[in-house]
Amino acid sequence: MSAIFLTWSLGLAKIFLALAMGIAAFRVLRGPRAQDRVAGLDALYVNAMLLALTFGIAAGDTLYFEAALIIALLGFVGTVAFAKFLLRGEVIE
Amino acid sequence: MNEFAKLPDWAAIIIAILILAGAATTLIGSLGLWRLNSFYERLHAPTLGTTLGTGCIVLASMLCFSVLQTRLVLHEILIAIFVTVTTPITLMILVRAALFRDSVERAETLSNMHDGSHPATSELEVNHSRPPEAT
Amino acid sequence: MKRHPFLPLAAFGLFILWLLLNQTVSYGHILLGGAAALVGSWALSALRPQKVRIRRLGAIIRLSLRVLVDIVKSNIAVGRIILGPARQERRAGFVNIPLELRNPYALATLGCIITSTPGTLWVDFDATKGTLMIHVLDLIDESTWIRTIKGRYERPLLEIFE
Repeated sequence: MSAIFLTWSLGLAKIFLALAMGIAAFRVLRGPRAQDRVAGLDALYVNAMLLALTFGIAAGDTLYFEAALIIALLGFVGTVAFAKFLLRGEVIE
Repeated sequence: MNEFAKLPDWAAIIIAILILAGAATTLIGSLGLWRLNSFYERLHAPTLGTTLGTGCIVLASMLCFSVLQTRLVLHEILIAIFVTVTTPITLMILVRAALFRDSVERAETLSNMHDGSHPATSELEVNHSRPPEAT
Repeated sequence: MKRHPFLPLAAFGLFILWLLLNQTVSYGHILLGGAAALVGSWALSALRPQKVRIRRLGAIIRLSLRVLVDIVKSNIAVGRIILGPARQERRAGFVNIPLELRNPYALATLGCIITSTPGTLWVDFDATKGTLMIHVLDLIDESTWIRTIKGRYERPLLEIFE
């Protein structure tokens, strides 16, 4: 009984997170300004990471954790690089 | 979905609630990214996902694998720590970039108005408040 | 050439990170993790970071609990603002806060705390004047926010780090 509840709530959580990713992607596409797009990208990768973790729980596989960690690392570096670019116009000083 | 049958009832229910709470919080945060009006307000919204959203889902994952493998599985906490430590950096640089770009655009608009050749055509995004000038 | 100082906290952190990533406490990994921690902290000490002195474990635990509670509370508050009606009497704005904290580690911790409670964002810290600028989503009264940040977070941080 509780296993069915868990399965359902996992499915619902995946839908929620996918929707959240969609909204973040909407903000990336829509703008209106460059900093909005970068903020959207930031939210997008955090949501993607959480989605990977949820998939990991659903599949019962800790391998997804590694994917989530890599998404978090690369997303952070990417967002900082973009923000830095907005700040100065060049990434490496 | 067979391995969930091995979970005891209490664990399954707690995991389900944690996951739903985390996903819902993240969704609300992203909704804020859509609904709020100015850039500085919108920047607050994703922090919902990076704090409570991440926290809940990480806790659920830790609980799930700890019970399934009957040993302490703690490595998901690294994600929580990493996200907590990196979010301030991203947001701080983003806010600074936005302030910098706003001030550049304001200066350009002012100089255009001063020239008289281009009456202020570029409409600035209206913020509810400007940062107080440092005096 | 001066000998690099040993950084026990950084080495310990790296060691724990290694064990967590490999998900084991077997002897081989303890040895490997120890070696990685020593090399890593030695490399880090080449940057000559400022010495960190942490005191009062009780204060740390009390502060962490308080921050956890505040995170949940402000999540709910911001969630209510987002889901509420689009036109509402709410003003967002910048607040300048004079701080007594000077320790960079304490400031970094304060930055993490302020950013991870939704509704407040760390914008800029002016080291010469010692004022911190934050952006607040729901700005009712400036002095309340100044009192909150200084009383709730700055005082325990001063206790812990200085």
